[in-house]
This record gives sequence, structure tokens and C-alpha cells, in this order.
Amino acid sequence: MKILVCISHVPDTTSKINFTDDNTKFDTNGVQFIINPNDEFGLTRSMWFKEKQGAHVTVVNVGGTETEPTLRKALAIGADAAIRVNTPAIDGFSVAKQLAKVVQDGGYDLIIAGRESLDYNGGMVPGMIAGLTNSNFVNNCISLEVDGNTAKVTREIDGGKETVSADLPLIIGGQKGIVEESDLRIPNMRGIMMARQKPLTVLDPINIAPETASVKFEKPAAKGAVKLVSPDNLDELISLLHNEAKVI
Amino acid sequence: MSVLVYIESEQGRFKKTALEVASYGKAIADQLGTTVTAITINAMETSELETYGVSKVLKVNNDSLDAFNAKIYASIIQQAAEKEGTKVVVVSSSVNSKYLAPLLSINLNAGYATNVLEAPVSTSPFIVKRTAFTNKAYEMFQINTDVKILGVSKNSFGIKENKTTASIEDFTPSIPESGIHIESVDKASNKVTIADADIVVSAGRGLKGPENWGMIEDLADVLGAATACSKPVSDLGWRPHSEHVGQTGKPVASNLYIAIGISGAIQHLAGINSSKVKVVINTDQEAPFFKAADYGVVGDAFVVVPQLIEKLKAFKAHQ
Ligand SMILES: Cc1cc2nc3c(=O)[nH]c(=O)nc-3n(C[C@H](O)[C@H](O)[C@H](O)COP(=O)(O)OP(=O)(O)OC[C@H]3O[C@@H](n4cnc5c(N)ncnc54)[C@H](O)[C@@H]3O)c2cc1C
Ligand SMILES: Nc1ncnc2c1ncn2[C@@H]1O[C@H](COP(=O)(O)O)[C@@H](O)[C@H]1O
Repeated sequence: MKILVCISHVPDTTSKINFTDDNTKFDTNGVQFIINPNDEFGLTRSMWFKEKQGAHVTVVNVGGTETEPTLRKALAIGADAAIRVNTPAIDGFSVAKQLAKVVQDGGYDLIIAGRESLDYNGGMVPGMIAGLTNSNFVNNCISLEVDGNTAKVTREIDGGKETVSADLPLIIGGQKGIVEESDLRIPNMRGIMMARQKPLTVLDPINIAPETASVKFEKPAAKGAVKLVSPDNLDELISLLHNEAKVI
Repeated sequence: MSVLVYIESEQGRFKKTALEVASYGKAIADQLGTTVTAITINAMETSELETYGVSKVLKVNNDSLDAFNAKIYASIIQQAAEKEGTKVVVVSSSVNSKYLAPLLSINLNAGYATNVLEAPVSTSPFIVKRTAFTNKAYEMFQINTDVKILGVSKNSFGIKENKTTASIEDFTPSIPESGIHIESVDKASNKVTIADADIVVSAGRGLKGPENWGMIEDLADVLGAATACSKPVSDLGWRPHSEHVGQTGKPVASNLYIAIGISGAIQHLAGINSSKVKVVINTDQEAPFFKAADYGVVGDAFVVVPQLIEKLKAFKAHQ
């Protein structure tokens, strides 16, 4: 089985979010970048397929050279090969188009992406790849097994979960649950050394006209101070929620 | 030319977010000088849509569509959009809408914006305001394609009344092969879900153990709320994973979020801060949640919550 794990390179959640160039660009100054958490769950699951079912795992990112440390980290965790499509990630559609090309050229059986990236929270790339390559697609995946040419996938639904089966090639939008947090792997010294020897292929992008554009960012207005209510005066809390906030 | 709104239903009844989608569609239709067409799939009664500005309903009824399937539903909405010559399709931010919309976007060659907060800032160029960076920023987002898809954030635009009369048309789209077979569904019935709830009552490690959740459920019952929890609580197995909210759990965009014994770590707040009004109950006045909350009670949950339940019962009885 050939697996492709799509890795988005995102600022750590605790990063300060600031913008430059008259609020048109994300300020990466001092920001620590990580493997998008939803992708890390999927990458970890792919290690299970590698170790138990002999799968070959490639990780891919669409981005500039600055994302290579993130790809190297994925290699250190255990992926066999990495691909970087050498173009900035402009919008969900153009990223999906680049990735669909990689999927088609590589003949992958299973494509693991995340339900959304932490940065722009688009939540559109995996579904778009599925649409572009006409593959089966399951989003919000919280469990994934493959037997021969068929996958069994559980997805989170409103108020519960649903288990489906689908033939490969299959694309999933993964999230926590696909593996548990305690299963996540920190690269060890051996992994980091081995990662240096593994292939990281840089591909030229295809030409794509983006469908959307980011015009400007704004930061939310500073929030007013919390109104404290004494624990001995809970009637006041109820009154505030009813009369002032109008939520009960 | 009309704006097409996808009206989600569950067992034949509209979801509340669907009415927000209709209201939002009406606002865009007014901006563009056109009307709103709704597409419903296996909804029973559609007249309620006339309260929210819908002028035409394309009604699809087909037993094979009882279970949601993203590819099939996306194809149906595509066929409706093409038939209507639609330039703007509006969907919600539900799990199912977010599942089908990227497929629809490819089908229609339509640029897609998620987490949209308000009616478009301008329609030429077409610019909407959305959230990004887990609600830590707003993004002005331009869509350049002829057809556009907007996913509206829950509880942001709101449900707005606009009386109309609607024509109803039975619509029989062709149904593609799905490729996906449902094996089993495991779903708590008659419980308010976090996604649908107006109010969410959430508790954290401050509650000490799973045996103390009775009062959390009671509080949720009085308020008609869904229950949720912080990540350690579900990791410890005190509560089911489906209740875990935050960056790595479910997003919450309720009107009211009550956090009890939750410290307010940034990863927790990342998932809940699009809720409108936040209340914190915590013994530690220094807990970071007090910086994110609108109202706070510094106090012991085991004392405050039972009292709050009694007082809310009395309040509700007088309503
Ligand atoms: C990558 C990553 C992702 C994460 N994702 C999430 C996520 O999605 N969701 C999430 O919730 N967390 C997430 N976390 C964990 C997060 O950082 C916090 O550890 C977690 O939210 C803390 O949970 P808590 O508030 O229940 O527990 P604690 O931090 O232990 O807080 C308990 C609180 O209860 C209060 N308390 C104690 N006794 C009482 C009492 N009797 N009455 C009232 N209050 C009391 C204490 O003062 C304290 O503030 C993530 C962490 C990482 C690193
Ligand atoms: N630039 C990128 N390179 C590779 N994969 C990506 C990229 N952007 C997004 N993805 C994948 O698509 C998922 C959803 O991203 P998004 O649609 O941006 O929210 C991520 O979790 C990744 O798996």
C-alpha cells in the first residue's frame, strides 16, 4: 500500500498572531512552526500501517523552503520519503490542485490529510483533492483500518459516530481519535539521523490561477474585563444572563 | 440567478442552523437584487422557510437519501445550482456541510469561503469577513470565481425574519454512485448535541472525578444545554470523547458557554472562543479563563453549581 500524508506547516497554537505589510501578511517573526496537529494524528496512524502492513509512507507539503524542517520532522517520525511542491500555499484550491497532481502521478492508495489546518482553518483541501481526483472521501475520520483494497473508516457526526467502508483509493480528513494523543511519537536521535538520509524531493509546481485571495486581516477588538459575580449572589448572574446578555 | 441555500434537516425537521443559512441567503439576495431558492433533502414541512426570506423551495424526496452522503448531496446541490443559474450557494458550518462543500466547490468551479461571519463586505469584488487562526483574527477574503460558496459560521449572522411566500417545486436530481457504504451509526438520540446547542455546559478537571458529573448534567437539563468537557477529562475516561471540546476536539459556537473547573488553557479557548457569551466558575481567580470570560464566579463548583441549579429552576418557573 502506498500512503501519502499531506502535511500542513502551521504556527503552534500558543503563537502570537500578528500581521505585517499593512495587515495583509501573517507575521512569522518569532513564530514556532509545527506539523498541523490533525496531520500528526494521521502521520502516526500511517506508521502503524507501515509497521504492521508494510505500507510505504510519503509525506508532502506545498510550500517554500521554510517548510523543510517540518517535512524532516515527519521523516524523523518515520515517513519513508518527502515531497515538497515548491510554491507558496496561496489558497485551498491551488494547494489542492498541486496535491491532486502529486496523488495522480504517484498512484497512492490512501491519502491522509487533516480535517483542517490550524492557521487559516480552511477545512477544504482534502475534499477538493477528492473532487479533483474522483476518489472516495471520508472527513472527520476518527478511526481507520485497511484490509486489502477496502478501508473501514469511522467518522464523527453530530452527536455520535458513523462507520463506513469504501474502496481505495481513498482520501481522509483526519483528526484526533485516528490515533490517541498518547500514541504520538517524538522523533528520537536515531530517527533524526536517519531522516537526513531519506529523500526529500522538490517538485516544480503546475500553473494554477487561485480562486480566492486574502485581502486583509484584522484582530478582534480587545475584550472588556470579566464581570465578577459573588458566589453568594447567583441571582445577579441569572439576571445578567437574562437581561444584559439575553442568552437565557 | 437566485441565491441557493442548502437547508439541512434531521429526520425531516430543519436544523436550527439551516434557518440562519436561509436568513443569510436573504441578506445576500438583497445585496445582489435577487431572490432566495432553498434546496431541501427529505424535509417534511417546508413552510417555515417563508418566515426567513425564501421565495422558492426545491424539494427533494427520496428514501435512498435518508442517510447523508457527501458526494451524493454535493451532486444534488450542484444540479440545483445549475438549474437555477445560481451565483452564490450558502451552506452552514455543520460537520456535514463542511464535508460536502469542498466537493461542491470542485463540481461548480466555485471559490469557497468557510467560517463566514457577516453578509459580504462588498459584492464586486466579492469580499467576505471570516475567522482565521482559530478565532484569533478575522480575514477579509475575496472570491474571484463566477460562482461562490459561502459556509456561514454558526450563531454569527443570526436568524432573521423576512416574510415571503414561497413556491414549492418537487425536484428529482440524478443520483450518482456513492462509493461509500454505511456499516453502522452510533448516535445518542434525544440528547442536545454540542453542534446544535444554544447553550453548552462544560466541565474540567476541577470536578475531581466522573462521579461528580451529576450536577453538570442537571445544570445542562435546566438550561436545555449540551454537556461538554476539557481534553484531560475525556483522556482520563471521565467523559466520552464526543464531549471533548477545544483545538483538538469539537468546536463550540454557542450563544452561552459555561466553563466549570476549567483553567482556560489556550488550546481549550481556541475551540470555544467563538461562543458569544462565556461564563467561568473556578476557585482560582488567576485562572486564565477569567481573561476570556464575560462573567465569572470565583468559587467552589461543588457549592456554586447546586445553588445555581436551584436558582435557575426558580427563574424558569417564573418565565
Ligand atoms: C497540542 C495540544 C492540544 C490540546 N487540545 C486541547 C483541547 O482541544 N481541549 C482542551 O480542553 N485542552 C486541550 N489541551 C490541553 C490544555 O492545554 C489543558 O491542559 C487543558 O485544557 C486543561 O484542562 P482543565 O482545565 O480541565 O484542567 P486544569 O488545567 O487542571 O484546570 C482545572 C481547573 O479547575 C479549577 N478547580 C479546581 N477545583 C475546583 C473547584 N472545586 N471548583 C471550581 N474550580 C476548581 C482549578 O483552579 C483549575 O483552574 C491541548 C494541549 C496540547 C498541548
Ligand atoms: N500547503 C499544504 N501542503 C500539504 N498539505 C496541506 C497544505 N495545506 C493543507 N494541507 C492538508 O489539508 C488539510 C486541511 O487543510 P485546510 O484545508 O487548509 O484547512 C491539512 O490538515 C493538510 O493535511
